[in-house]
Amino acid sequence: MTADSNALHFHYDVDGNNFTSAGEASVQVKRMLRQMGYHPDLIRRISVAMYEGEINMVIHAKGGDADVYVTPDCITVVLKDVGPGIKDVNLAMQEGYSTAPDNIRSLGFGAGMGLPNMKRYSDELKIDSVVGVGTTIEMTFRSA
Amino acid sequence: MTIREIAERIDAVVYAEPEQMDEDMNGAFGSDMMSDVLAFAEDRDVLLTGLLNPQIVRTAHMLDMSCIIIVRGKTATEEIKRLAADNQIALLETKLTMYEASGKLYEGGLGR
Repeated sequence: MTADSNALHFHYDVDGNNFTSAGEASVQVKRMLRQMGYHPDLIRRISVAMYEGEINMVIHAKGGDADVYVTPDCITVVLKDVGPGIKDVNLAMQEGYSTAPDNIRSLGFGAGMGLPNMKRYSDELKIDSVVGVGTTIEMTFRSA
Repeated sequence: MTIREIAERIDAVVYAEPEQMDEDMNGAFGSDMMSDVLAFAEDRDVLLTGLLNPQIVRTAHMLDMSCIIIVRGKTATEEIKRLAADNQIALLETKLTMYEASGKLYEGGLGR
């Protein structure tokens, strides 16, 4: 995300040690966007995509940082972790492909739909991932 | 179909405010896999699931779903009940399996 002094910026810490609380940042963002008066369909797309990303950070990367930037034209969600990175992004984008452990599947996630869902619900998805260094996901949602 | 009618059809225990009972529901989606719910349940109001953790409430909340039916005789934890109440999501528990509950609701016209 390029620096834009006109953008409203909100930061959230995603706690990677607690699966139960995963999604709390997305809940806060959803509430904030509602207060700002955005269309419910747009809010749903943003909150579902961010929630998937947050869950991924908790499952794979022990948490990380979530930043939301609001400008008149778009809302951008940046999720940054220092986890293991994604070995093969093309493979990870395929529906049904998952590297999540079985205990995560028993919690209702790890169906290999996370990244495909993020792509489906965002207008633009950028993935910057380096194995052993971390992953940054940037999702843009056009609001105008 | 209202939440009241849904509860009657599947003989459910209900945790909801009285005013929620007359809310009209448009369609349902059933899965234990929340990733699939997030992928396929847009524009549906009712989630049927046999999964029991707080993420069922967060998933429903993200999708603006207003009713969760817990199937197969499982009992919601206090945390699930609290989260659902906080987000104005009606919580129902039924002894029926997901297949049976889905069948009864579909037969009654929900989502048809």
